[in-house]
Amino acid sequence: MSWLSAPASETQVTHGQRLWLYILSGVIMLLLVAPTLIVIPMSFSDSQYLEFPPEIWSTRWYQHYFGSPEWMAATFTSLKAAFLTMLVATPLGVLAAYGLHVSRFPFARAVFVLMITPMMAPVILVAVGAFYVYAKAGLLYTMASLVMSHSVLALPLVVIVTGSALKSFDMNLEMAARSLGAPRWKAFLTVTLPQIRFAVITGALLSFLTSFDEVVVAMFISGGDNATLTRNMFNALRDQIDPTIASISTVMIVLTSLLMAVAQVFGAARGGPKGDR
Amino acid sequence: MAANAEGLRRDARLEQLRLFGLCSPALLLVLVILVIPVGWLFWLSFVGADGTFSLENYERMIASKSYSRIFVTTIEVSLLTTGLCIMIGYPLAYFLSQLPPRVANLCMITVLLPFWTSLLVRTYAWLVLLQRQGLLNDWGISLGLWEEPVALVHNMTGTLIGMVHIMLPFLVLPVYGSMKAIDRDYMKAAANLGAHPVRAFWTVFAPLSLPGLMAGALIVFVLCLGFFVTPAVLGGGKVIMVSMRIATNIEMFVNWGAASALGVVLLVLTLAILWAASRFLGLDRIAGAA
Repeated sequence: MSWLSAPASETQVTHGQRLWLYILSGVIMLLLVAPTLIVIPMSFSDSQYLEFPPEIWSTRWYQHYFGSPEWMAATFTSLKAAFLTMLVATPLGVLAAYGLHVSRFPFARAVFVLMITPMMAPVILVAVGAFYVYAKAGLLYTMASLVMSHSVLALPLVVIVTGSALKSFDMNLEMAARSLGAPRWKAFLTVTLPQIRFAVITGALLSFLTSFDEVVVAMFISGGDNATLTRNMFNALRDQIDPTIASISTVMIVLTSLLMAVAQVFGAARGGPKGDR
Repeated sequence: MAANAEGLRRDARLEQLRLFGLCSPALLLVLVILVIPVGWLFWLSFVGADGTFSLENYERMIASKSYSRIFVTTIEVSLLTTGLCIMIGYPLAYFLSQLPPRVANLCMITVLLPFWTSLLVRTYAWLVLLQRQGLLNDWGISLGLWEEPVALVHNMTGTLIGMVHIMLPFLVLPVYGSMKAIDRDYMKAAANLGAHPVRAFWTVFAPLSLPGLMAGALIVFVLCLGFFVTPAVLGGGKVIMVSMRIATNIEMFVNWGAASALGVVLLVLTLAILWAASRFLGLDRIAGAA
Protein backbone atom coordinates (compact mmCIF):
# COMPACT_ATOMS: atom_id res chain seq x y z
CA MET A 1 0.00 0.00 0.00
CA SER A 2 2.23 2.77 -1.22
CA TRP A 3 -0.57 5.36 -1.03
CA LEU A 4 -0.87 4.84 2.72
CA SER A 5 2.78 5.65 3.30
CA ALA A 6 2.90 8.55 0.87
CA PRO A 7 3.07 12.01 2.49
CA ALA A 8 -0.30 13.77 2.60
CA SER A 9 0.64 17.22 3.86
CA GLU A 10 3.38 19.78 4.16
CA THR A 11 4.42 18.26 7.46
CA GLN A 12 4.96 14.87 5.80
CA VAL A 13 2.07 13.18 7.60
CA THR A 14 1.27 10.04 5.61
CA HIS A 15 -2.17 9.08 4.33
CA GLY A 16 -1.96 6.07 6.62
CA GLN A 17 -1.58 8.27 9.68
CA ARG A 18 -4.55 10.29 8.49
CA LEU A 19 -6.78 7.30 7.85
CA TRP A 20 -8.81 8.01 11.01
CA LEU A 21 -9.59 11.50 9.68
CA TYR A 22 -10.68 10.14 6.30
CA ILE A 23 -12.97 7.56 7.91
CA LEU A 24 -14.41 10.04 10.40
CA SER A 25 -15.07 12.63 7.68
CA GLY A 26 -16.63 9.99 5.44
CA VAL A 27 -19.04 9.00 8.19
CA ILE A 28 -19.92 12.65 8.90
CA MET A 29 -20.54 13.40 5.23
CA LEU A 30 -22.73 10.31 4.98
CA LEU A 31 -24.69 11.38 8.05
CA LEU A 32 -25.15 14.86 6.56
CA VAL A 33 -26.73 13.61 3.35
CA ALA A 34 -28.27 10.21 4.13
CA PRO A 35 -31.14 11.24 6.44
CA THR A 36 -32.60 13.55 3.81
CA LEU A 37 -32.05 11.24 0.87
CA ILE A 38 -33.50 8.18 2.63
CA VAL A 39 -36.89 9.91 2.62
CA ILE A 40 -37.02 9.54 -1.16
CA PRO A 41 -37.25 5.70 -1.35
CA MET A 42 -39.40 5.67 1.78
CA SER A 43 -41.97 7.91 0.13
CA PHE A 44 -42.60 5.16 -2.45
CA SER A 45 -43.61 2.69 0.26
CA ASP A 46 -47.14 1.33 0.30
CA SER A 47 -47.16 1.04 4.09
CA GLN A 48 -48.67 3.49 6.54
CA TYR A 49 -45.41 3.24 8.52
CA LEU A 50 -42.75 4.41 6.10
CA GLU A 51 -40.46 1.44 5.52
CA PHE A 52 -36.93 1.25 4.24
CA PRO A 53 -36.49 -0.50 1.95
CA PRO A 54 -40.22 -0.55 1.11
CA GLU A 55 -41.72 -4.04 0.99
CA ILE A 56 -44.32 -3.01 -1.54
CA TRP A 57 -43.52 -0.09 -3.80
CA SER A 58 -46.32 2.27 -4.64
CA THR A 59 -47.07 5.86 -5.53
CA ARG A 60 -50.10 6.05 -3.29
CA TRP A 61 -48.74 8.92 -1.19
CA TYR A 62 -47.99 10.90 -4.34
CA GLN A 63 -51.52 10.27 -5.57
CA HIS A 64 -52.76 11.45 -2.22
CA TYR A 65 -50.66 14.62 -2.46
CA PHE A 66 -51.40 15.50 -6.05
CA GLY A 67 -55.06 14.51 -5.65
CA SER A 68 -55.70 16.67 -2.62
CA PRO A 69 -57.10 20.14 -3.39
CA GLU A 70 -55.84 21.47 -0.02
CA TRP A 71 -52.24 20.34 -0.57
CA MET A 72 -52.30 21.60 -4.15
CA ALA A 73 -53.67 25.00 -3.11
CA ALA A 74 -50.99 25.27 -0.42
CA THR A 75 -48.26 24.34 -2.90
CA PHE A 76 -49.50 26.95 -5.33
CA THR A 77 -49.59 29.58 -2.56
CA SER A 78 -46.02 28.76 -1.55
CA LEU A 79 -44.73 28.93 -5.12
CA LYS A 80 -46.52 32.22 -5.71
CA ALA A 81 -45.22 33.73 -2.46
CA ALA A 82 -41.67 32.56 -3.22
CA PHE A 83 -41.78 33.97 -6.74
CA LEU A 84 -43.14 37.33 -5.59
CA THR A 85 -40.60 37.46 -2.75
CA MET A 86 -37.86 36.94 -5.28
CA LEU A 87 -39.26 39.77 -7.41
CA VAL A 88 -39.40 42.15 -4.42
CA ALA A 89 -36.26 41.25 -2.49
CA THR A 90 -33.83 40.99 -5.41
CA PRO A 91 -34.15 44.51 -6.89
CA LEU A 92 -34.43 46.14 -3.45
CA GLY A 93 -31.39 44.24 -2.22
CA VAL A 94 -29.30 44.96 -5.32
CA LEU A 95 -30.18 48.67 -5.19
CA ALA A 96 -29.32 48.84 -1.51
CA ALA A 97 -26.04 46.97 -1.93
CA TYR A 98 -25.06 49.28 -4.78
CA GLY A 99 -26.07 52.39 -2.83
CA LEU A 100 -24.09 51.28 0.20
CA HIS A 101 -21.11 50.40 -1.96
CA VAL A 102 -20.78 53.69 -3.83
CA SER A 103 -21.88 56.21 -1.24
CA ARG A 104 -19.56 57.32 1.50
CA PHE A 105 -22.45 58.38 3.66
CA PRO A 106 -21.55 58.47 7.36
CA PHE A 107 -24.47 56.23 8.37
CA ALA A 108 -23.80 53.62 5.66
CA ARG A 109 -22.38 51.21 8.21
CA ALA A 110 -25.40 51.48 10.50
CA VAL A 111 -27.75 51.03 7.56
CA PHE A 112 -25.89 47.88 6.51
CA VAL A 113 -26.19 46.47 10.02
CA LEU A 114 -29.89 47.27 10.10
CA MET A 115 -30.43 45.53 6.77
CA ILE A 116 -28.75 42.31 7.84
CA THR A 117 -30.54 42.21 11.22
CA PRO A 118 -33.48 40.12 9.92
CA MET A 119 -30.99 37.31 9.38
CA MET A 120 -29.81 37.34 12.98
CA ALA A 121 -32.92 38.36 14.89
CA PRO A 122 -34.99 35.43 16.19
CA VAL A 123 -37.61 34.64 13.50
CA ILE A 124 -40.30 34.22 16.11
CA LEU A 125 -39.97 37.91 16.86
CA VAL A 126 -40.37 38.83 13.20
CA ALA A 127 -43.40 36.54 13.06
CA VAL A 128 -45.11 37.79 16.20
CA GLY A 129 -44.42 41.43 15.40
CA ALA A 130 -45.81 41.04 11.89
CA PHE A 131 -48.83 39.16 13.24
CA TYR A 132 -49.63 42.02 15.61
CA VAL A 133 -49.24 44.80 13.05
CA TYR A 134 -51.00 42.97 10.20
CA ALA A 135 -53.89 42.10 12.52
CA LYS A 136 -54.30 45.80 13.38
CA ALA A 137 -54.09 46.78 9.71
CA GLY A 138 -56.48 44.04 8.61
CA LEU A 139 -53.81 42.47 6.40
CA LEU A 140 -53.66 39.09 8.10
CA TYR A 141 -53.78 36.02 5.83
CA THR A 142 -53.18 38.04 2.66
CA MET A 143 -50.57 37.28 0.01
CA ALA A 144 -49.22 40.85 0.16
CA SER A 145 -48.42 40.67 3.86
CA LEU A 146 -46.75 37.28 3.48
CA VAL A 147 -44.58 38.51 0.62
CA MET A 148 -43.54 41.64 2.53
CA SER A 149 -42.46 39.63 5.57
CA HIS A 150 -40.61 37.06 3.50
CA SER A 151 -38.89 39.83 1.55
CA VAL A 152 -37.51 41.27 4.78
CA LEU A 153 -36.09 37.84 5.63
CA ALA A 154 -34.59 37.41 2.15
CA LEU A 155 -33.19 40.95 1.86
CA PRO A 156 -29.99 40.36 3.92
CA LEU A 157 -28.97 37.47 1.66
CA VAL A 158 -29.29 39.57 -1.50
CA VAL A 159 -27.47 42.51 0.11
CA ILE A 160 -24.58 40.33 1.33
CA VAL A 161 -24.18 38.29 -1.87
CA THR A 162 -24.40 41.35 -4.15
CA GLY A 163 -22.28 43.46 -1.82
CA SER A 164 -19.42 40.99 -1.83
CA ALA A 165 -19.59 40.76 -5.63
CA LEU A 166 -19.39 44.56 -5.87
CA LYS A 167 -16.30 44.54 -3.64
CA SER A 168 -14.42 42.50 -6.21
CA PHE A 169 -15.79 44.54 -9.13
CA ASP A 170 -13.51 47.23 -10.54
CA MET A 171 -15.55 50.42 -10.21
CA ASN A 172 -13.19 52.13 -12.69
CA LEU A 173 -15.08 50.30 -15.43
CA GLU A 174 -18.24 52.11 -14.48
CA MET A 175 -16.25 55.35 -14.23
CA ALA A 176 -15.01 54.81 -17.76
CA ALA A 177 -18.57 54.38 -19.03
CA ARG A 178 -19.65 57.53 -17.25
CA SER A 179 -16.71 59.56 -18.51
CA LEU A 180 -17.76 58.52 -22.00
CA GLY A 181 -21.12 60.13 -21.37
CA ALA A 182 -23.35 57.38 -20.00
CA PRO A 183 -25.64 58.48 -17.21
CA ARG A 184 -25.13 56.67 -13.94
CA TRP A 185 -28.17 54.37 -14.30
CA LYS A 186 -27.14 53.42 -17.80
CA ALA A 187 -23.55 52.73 -16.74
CA PHE A 188 -24.88 50.53 -13.94
CA LEU A 189 -27.28 48.59 -16.15
CA THR A 190 -24.92 48.05 -19.06
CA VAL A 191 -21.53 47.75 -17.34
CA THR A 192 -21.81 46.91 -13.65
CA LEU A 193 -24.90 44.70 -13.58
CA PRO A 194 -23.68 42.26 -16.25
CA GLN A 195 -20.45 41.86 -14.26
CA ILE A 196 -22.23 40.99 -11.00
CA ARG A 197 -25.07 39.03 -12.60
CA PHE A 198 -24.08 35.69 -11.05
CA ALA A 199 -24.30 37.15 -7.57
CA VAL A 200 -27.67 38.68 -8.43
CA ILE A 201 -28.96 35.34 -9.72
CA THR A 202 -27.67 33.56 -6.62
CA GLY A 203 -29.35 36.18 -4.46
CA ALA A 204 -32.62 35.73 -6.36
CA LEU A 205 -32.53 31.94 -5.95
CA LEU A 206 -31.77 32.31 -2.25
CA SER A 207 -34.75 34.68 -1.89
CA PHE A 208 -36.99 32.15 -3.59
CA LEU A 209 -35.85 29.34 -1.29
CA THR A 210 -36.01 31.52 1.82
CA SER A 211 -39.67 32.17 1.19
CA PHE A 212 -40.50 28.68 -0.03
CA ASP A 213 -38.94 26.99 3.03
CA GLU A 214 -40.08 29.52 5.61
CA VAL A 215 -42.23 28.06 8.42
CA VAL A 216 -42.47 30.27 11.47
CA VAL A 217 -43.67 33.54 9.92
CA ALA A 218 -46.03 31.63 7.62
CA MET A 219 -47.44 29.82 10.64
CA PHE A 220 -48.56 33.09 12.16
CA ILE A 221 -49.57 35.27 9.24
CA SER A 222 -50.66 32.85 6.51
CA GLY A 223 -53.91 30.99 6.65
CA GLY A 224 -57.26 30.41 5.00
CA ASP A 225 -56.88 30.49 1.25
CA ASN A 226 -53.31 31.71 1.61
CA ALA A 227 -51.93 28.96 3.86
CA THR A 228 -48.48 27.94 2.70
CA LEU A 229 -47.23 24.43 2.09
CA THR A 230 -44.75 24.53 4.98
CA ARG A 231 -47.42 25.78 7.37
CA ASN A 232 -49.69 22.86 6.55
CA MET A 233 -46.78 20.43 6.69
CA PHE A 234 -45.78 21.69 10.12
CA ASN A 235 -49.33 21.35 11.43
CA ALA A 236 -49.57 17.84 9.99
CA LEU A 237 -46.27 16.90 11.65
CA ARG A 238 -47.48 17.98 15.04
CA ASP A 239 -50.44 15.62 14.94
CA GLN A 240 -48.96 12.40 13.57
CA ILE A 241 -46.46 11.15 11.02
CA ASP A 242 -48.48 11.45 7.84
CA PRO A 243 -46.73 9.54 5.01
CA THR A 244 -48.00 12.14 2.53
CA ILE A 245 -45.36 14.47 4.00
CA ALA A 246 -42.69 12.07 2.72
CA SER A 247 -43.92 12.52 -0.85
CA ILE A 248 -44.09 16.31 -0.44
CA SER A 249 -40.58 16.27 1.06
CA THR A 250 -39.31 14.36 -1.95
CA VAL A 251 -40.82 16.93 -4.30
CA MET A 252 -39.18 19.71 -2.25
CA ILE A 253 -35.79 17.95 -2.25
CA VAL A 254 -35.95 17.60 -6.03
CA LEU A 255 -36.90 21.27 -6.42
CA THR A 256 -34.06 22.39 -4.12
CA SER A 257 -31.52 20.20 -5.90
CA LEU A 258 -32.59 21.66 -9.23
CA LEU A 259 -32.21 25.23 -7.96
CA MET A 260 -28.85 24.33 -6.43
CA ALA A 261 -27.69 22.88 -9.73
CA VAL A 262 -28.78 26.09 -11.49
CA ALA A 263 -26.82 28.13 -8.95
CA GLN A 264 -23.76 25.91 -9.39
CA VAL A 265 -23.92 26.47 -13.12
CA PHE A 266 -24.10 30.21 -12.51
CA GLY A 267 -21.13 30.19 -10.15
CA ALA A 268 -20.78 29.86 -6.43
CA ALA A 269 -23.76 28.28 -4.74
CA ARG A 270 -22.53 29.38 -1.38
CA GLY A 271 -24.73 31.99 0.13
CA GLY A 272 -26.09 33.04 3.43
CA PRO A 273 -28.31 31.03 5.68
CA LYS A 274 -31.95 30.43 5.08
CA GLY A 275 -34.20 32.92 6.72
CA ASP A 276 -35.85 30.21 8.72
CA ARG A 277 -34.53 28.31 11.65
CA MET B 1 -12.96 80.29 -7.66
CA ALA B 2 -14.18 79.88 -4.07
CA ALA B 3 -17.81 79.99 -5.15
CA ASN B 4 -17.09 77.38 -7.78
CA ALA B 5 -15.42 75.04 -5.27
CA GLU B 6 -18.34 75.54 -2.90
CA GLY B 7 -20.78 74.61 -5.65
CA LEU B 8 -18.82 71.50 -6.55
CA ARG B 9 -18.80 70.40 -2.95
CA ARG B 10 -22.55 70.92 -2.73
CA ASP B 11 -23.05 68.89 -5.90
CA ALA B 12 -20.92 66.09 -4.49
CA ARG B 13 -22.91 66.08 -1.27
CA LEU B 14 -26.16 66.00 -3.23
CA GLU B 15 -24.85 63.12 -5.34
CA GLN B 16 -23.92 61.20 -2.19
CA LEU B 17 -27.40 61.75 -0.82
CA ARG B 18 -29.00 60.62 -4.07
CA LEU B 19 -26.89 57.45 -4.12
CA PHE B 20 -27.76 56.80 -0.55
CA GLY B 21 -31.40 57.16 -1.55
CA LEU B 22 -31.01 53.91 -3.47
CA CYS B 23 -31.07 52.16 -0.11
CA SER B 24 -34.31 53.79 0.94
CA PRO B 25 -36.81 51.27 -0.50
CA ALA B 26 -35.05 48.41 1.28
CA LEU B 27 -34.64 50.50 4.38
CA LEU B 28 -38.33 51.41 4.35
CA LEU B 29 -39.29 47.74 4.08
CA VAL B 30 -37.11 46.76 7.04
CA LEU B 31 -38.43 49.68 9.10
CA VAL B 32 -42.10 48.96 8.41
CA ILE B 33 -42.00 45.17 8.61
CA LEU B 34 -39.35 44.65 11.27
CA VAL B 35 -38.36 47.68 13.32
CA ILE B 36 -41.79 49.19 13.97
CA PRO B 37 -43.48 45.88 14.89
CA VAL B 38 -40.62 44.90 17.20
CA GLY B 39 -40.70 48.37 18.73
CA TRP B 40 -44.40 47.87 19.31
CA LEU B 41 -43.73 44.57 21.07
CA PHE B 42 -41.14 46.36 23.18
CA TRP B 43 -43.84 48.81 24.24
CA LEU B 44 -46.38 46.02 24.89
CA SER B 45 -43.93 44.26 27.19
CA PHE B 46 -44.20 47.20 29.59
CA VAL B 47 -48.00 47.21 29.64
CA GLY B 48 -49.61 45.29 32.48
CA ALA B 49 -52.92 43.40 32.58
CA ASP B 50 -54.78 46.58 33.59
CA GLY B 51 -53.46 48.49 30.59
CA THR B 52 -51.08 50.83 32.41
CA PHE B 53 -47.31 50.96 32.53
CA SER B 54 -45.90 48.20 34.65
CA LEU B 55 -42.96 45.87 34.96
CA GLU B 56 -45.14 42.89 35.89
CA ASN B 57 -44.24 40.95 32.72
CA TYR B 58 -40.59 41.07 33.60
CA GLU B 59 -41.19 40.51 37.31
CA ARG B 60 -43.14 37.37 36.50
CA MET B 61 -40.28 36.15 34.34
CA ILE B 62 -37.82 36.49 37.21
CA ALA B 63 -40.15 35.09 39.88
CA SER B 64 -41.60 32.15 37.98
CA LYS B 65 -39.76 28.84 38.04
CA SER B 66 -41.20 27.73 34.70
CA TYR B 67 -39.72 30.74 32.91
CA SER B 68 -36.26 30.32 34.36
CA ARG B 69 -36.40 26.65 33.34
CA ILE B 70 -37.17 27.68 29.77
CA PHE B 71 -34.17 29.99 29.67
CA VAL B 72 -31.93 27.33 31.17
CA THR B 73 -33.16 24.79 28.58
CA THR B 74 -32.62 27.25 25.73
CA ILE B 75 -29.06 28.02 26.75
CA GLU B 76 -28.33 24.37 27.50
CA VAL B 77 -29.57 23.24 24.09
CA SER B 78 -27.68 26.04 22.33
CA LEU B 79 -24.41 25.32 24.15
CA LEU B 80 -24.64 21.57 23.58
CA THR B 81 -25.48 22.03 19.90
CA THR B 82 -22.60 24.47 19.44
CA GLY B 83 -20.17 22.17 21.26
CA LEU B 84 -21.19 19.11 19.24
CA CYS B 85 -21.01 21.11 16.01
CA ILE B 86 -17.45 22.16 16.83
CA MET B 87 -16.42 18.60 17.67
CA ILE B 88 -17.92 17.21 14.46
CA GLY B 89 -17.47 20.18 12.14
CA TYR B 90 -13.87 21.11 12.83
CA PRO B 91 -12.36 17.76 11.74
CA LEU B 92 -14.62 17.74 8.68
CA ALA B 93 -13.58 21.27 7.71
CA TYR B 94 -9.93 20.30 8.21
CA PHE B 95 -10.38 17.23 6.02
CA LEU B 96 -12.04 19.32 3.29
CA SER B 97 -9.34 21.99 3.45
CA GLN B 98 -6.61 19.39 2.86
CA LEU B 99 -8.16 17.92 -0.28
CA PRO B 100 -7.22 18.91 -3.81
CA PRO B 101 -9.73 21.58 -5.00
CA ARG B 102 -11.61 19.31 -7.39
CA VAL B 103 -12.25 16.60 -4.79
CA ALA B 104 -12.99 19.23 -2.13
CA ASN B 105 -15.70 20.78 -4.32
CA LEU B 106 -17.27 17.37 -4.81
CA CYS B 107 -17.23 16.64 -1.08
CA MET B 108 -18.55 20.14 -0.41
CA ILE B 109 -21.83 19.10 -2.02
CA THR B 110 -22.51 16.93 1.02
CA VAL B 111 -22.33 20.08 3.15
CA LEU B 112 -24.22 22.34 0.76
CA LEU B 113 -27.06 19.96 -0.13
CA PRO B 114 -28.43 19.84 3.43
CA PHE B 115 -27.71 23.57 3.73
CA TRP B 116 -30.08 24.27 0.85
CA THR B 117 -32.68 21.66 1.74
CA SER B 118 -35.75 22.81 3.62
CA LEU B 119 -35.34 22.75 7.37
CA LEU B 120 -38.77 21.22 7.76
CA VAL B 121 -37.92 18.38 5.39
CA ARG B 122 -34.74 17.59 7.29
CA THR B 123 -36.54 17.70 10.63
CA TYR B 124 -39.21 15.40 9.23
CA ALA B 125 -36.55 12.99 7.98
CA TRP B 126 -35.10 12.69 11.48
CA LEU B 127 -38.54 12.20 12.95
CA VAL B 128 -39.12 9.28 10.60
CA LEU B 129 -35.70 7.75 11.25
CA LEU B 130 -35.71 8.10 15.03
CA GLN B 131 -39.29 7.14 15.90
CA ARG B 132 -40.19 3.95 17.76
CA GLN B 133 -40.85 1.93 14.61
CA GLY B 134 -38.16 3.91 12.81
CA LEU B 135 -35.17 2.73 10.87
CA LEU B 136 -32.63 3.30 13.63
CA ASN B 137 -34.59 1.31 16.20
CA ASP B 138 -35.14 -1.50 13.65
CA TRP B 139 -31.44 -1.67 12.89
CA GLY B 140 -30.42 -1.40 16.54
CA ILE B 141 -32.67 -4.29 17.51
CA SER B 142 -31.78 -6.52 14.58
CA LEU B 143 -28.08 -5.95 15.25
CA GLY B 144 -28.65 -6.83 18.90
CA LEU B 145 -27.48 -3.44 20.17
CA TRP B 146 -30.61 -3.02 22.27
CA GLU B 147 -33.62 -5.22 23.00
CA GLU B 148 -36.62 -2.91 22.92
CA PRO B 149 -37.33 0.26 20.95
CA VAL B 150 -35.43 3.14 22.54
CA ALA B 151 -36.94 6.63 22.81
CA LEU B 152 -34.68 8.49 20.42
CA VAL B 153 -37.10 11.27 19.56
CA HIS B 154 -39.64 13.46 21.38
CA ASN B 155 -36.94 14.23 23.91
CA MET B 156 -33.62 16.03 24.31
CA THR B 157 -31.67 13.40 22.33
CA GLY B 158 -33.81 13.80 19.22
CA THR B 159 -33.74 17.59 19.48
CA LEU B 160 -29.95 17.64 19.69
CA ILE B 161 -29.50 15.20 16.80
CA GLY B 162 -31.77 17.30 14.59
CA MET B 163 -30.26 20.62 15.60
CA VAL B 164 -26.65 19.51 15.16
CA HIS B 165 -27.52 18.18 11.70
CA ILE B 166 -29.14 21.46 10.72
CA MET B 167 -26.47 23.72 12.23
CA LEU B 168 -23.38 21.84 11.05
CA PRO B 169 -23.03 23.60 7.66
CA PHE B 170 -23.13 27.00 9.41
CA LEU B 171 -20.00 25.96 11.28
CA VAL B 172 -18.20 24.05 8.54
CA LEU B 173 -18.42 26.80 5.90
CA PRO B 174 -16.65 29.62 7.83
CA VAL B 175 -14.10 27.25 9.37
CA TYR B 176 -13.33 25.83 5.93
CA GLY B 177 -12.95 29.37 4.58
CA SER B 178 -10.49 30.39 7.27
CA MET B 179 -8.51 27.15 6.88
CA LYS B 180 -8.21 27.64 3.12
CA ALA B 181 -6.82 31.12 3.76
CA ILE B 182 -3.91 29.78 5.86
CA ASP B 183 -0.64 29.91 3.97
CA ARG B 184 0.61 26.34 3.61
CA ASP B 185 4.22 27.50 3.81
CA TYR B 186 3.75 28.12 7.55
CA MET B 187 3.31 24.39 8.09
CA LYS B 188 6.34 23.68 5.94
CA ALA B 189 8.35 26.16 7.99
CA ALA B 190 7.20 24.55 11.23
CA ALA B 191 8.20 21.11 9.95
CA ASN B 192 11.50 22.50 8.72
CA LEU B 193 12.21 23.86 12.18
CA GLY B 194 11.75 20.39 13.56
CA ALA B 195 8.20 20.50 14.90
CA HIS B 196 6.38 17.20 15.04
CA PRO B 197 3.29 17.30 12.76
CA VAL B 198 0.98 17.22 15.77
CA ARG B 199 2.83 20.09 17.38
CA ALA B 200 2.91 22.03 14.12
CA PHE B 201 -0.87 21.60 13.87
CA TRP B 202 -1.62 22.78 17.39
CA THR B 203 0.85 25.67 17.54
CA VAL B 204 0.57 26.97 13.97
CA PHE B 205 -2.52 25.75 12.15
CA ALA B 206 -5.12 25.65 14.93
CA PRO B 207 -4.54 29.22 16.21
CA LEU B 208 -4.76 30.55 12.64
CA SER B 209 -8.07 28.80 12.10
CA LEU B 210 -9.47 30.10 15.39
CA PRO B 211 -11.17 33.29 14.03
CA GLY B 212 -13.18 31.21 11.57
CA LEU B 213 -14.09 28.75 14.30
CA MET B 214 -15.18 31.57 16.60
CA ALA B 215 -17.32 33.14 13.90
CA GLY B 216 -18.92 29.81 13.03
CA ALA B 217 -19.57 28.86 16.64
CA LEU B 218 -21.09 32.26 17.27
CA ILE B 219 -23.49 31.98 14.32
CA VAL B 220 -24.54 28.50 15.46
CA PHE B 221 -25.10 29.63 19.03
CA VAL B 222 -27.10 32.71 18.09
CA LEU B 223 -29.26 30.83 15.60
CA CYS B 224 -29.88 28.11 18.19
CA LEU B 225 -31.16 30.64 20.72
CA GLY B 226 -34.07 31.51 18.44
CA PHE B 227 -34.75 28.01 17.16
CA PHE B 228 -38.36 26.97 16.87
CA VAL B 229 -39.28 24.31 14.32
CA THR B 230 -36.82 21.53 15.19
CA PRO B 231 -37.32 21.48 18.97
CA ALA B 232 -41.08 21.80 18.47
CA VAL B 233 -41.20 18.72 16.23
CA LEU B 234 -38.39 16.57 17.66
CA GLY B 235 -38.69 17.67 21.29
CA GLY B 236 -42.22 16.34 21.65
CA GLY B 237 -43.17 18.96 24.23
CA LYS B 238 -40.35 17.95 26.55
CA VAL B 239 -37.84 20.51 25.29
CA ILE B 240 -39.41 23.97 25.60
CA MET B 241 -37.31 26.78 24.16
CA VAL B 242 -37.99 30.50 24.56
CA SER B 243 -39.40 30.95 21.06
CA MET B 244 -41.82 28.07 21.58
CA ARG B 245 -43.07 29.65 24.79
CA ILE B 246 -43.61 32.94 22.94
CA ALA B 247 -45.78 31.12 20.41
CA THR B 248 -47.83 29.35 23.11
CA ASN B 249 -48.29 32.59 25.02
CA ILE B 250 -49.92 34.07 21.95
CA GLU B 251 -51.72 31.13 20.40
CA MET B 252 -53.13 29.62 23.61
CA PHE B 253 -53.15 32.30 26.28
CA VAL B 254 -53.34 35.40 24.04
CA ASN B 255 -51.02 37.06 26.52
CA TRP B 256 -49.20 39.68 24.47
CA GLY B 257 -47.44 41.24 27.41
CA ALA B 258 -45.77 38.03 28.54
CA ALA B 259 -44.90 37.01 24.98
CA SER B 260 -43.41 40.43 24.21
CA ALA B 261 -41.31 40.45 27.37
CA LEU B 262 -39.87 37.05 26.46
CA GLY B 263 -39.22 38.29 22.94
CA VAL B 264 -37.45 41.41 24.18
CA VAL B 265 -35.18 39.37 26.46
CA LEU B 266 -34.41 36.95 23.62
CA LEU B 267 -33.62 39.82 21.23
CA VAL B 268 -31.47 41.68 23.75
CA LEU B 269 -29.55 38.49 24.50
CA THR B 270 -28.97 37.84 20.79
CA LEU B 271 -27.90 41.42 20.02
CA ALA B 272 -25.64 41.60 23.08
CA ILE B 273 -23.79 38.46 22.02
CA LEU B 274 -23.47 39.71 18.44
CA TRP B 275 -22.31 43.12 19.60
CA ALA B 276 -19.72 41.69 21.97
CA ALA B 277 -18.50 39.33 19.27
CA SER B 278 -18.29 42.06 16.64
CA ARG B 279 -15.88 43.93 18.92
CA PHE B 280 -13.52 40.97 18.76
CA LEU B 281 -14.16 39.53 15.35
CA GLY B 282 -15.43 42.35 13.21
CA LEU B 283 -18.90 42.42 11.73
CA ASP B 284 -17.84 41.58 8.20
CA ARG B 285 -16.42 38.29 9.30
CA ILE B 286 -19.67 37.33 11.00
CA ALA B 287 -21.81 38.45 8.09
CA GLY B 288 -19.43 36.78 5.66
CA ALA B 289 -19.42 33.59 7.68
CA ALA B 290 -23.16 33.45 7.49
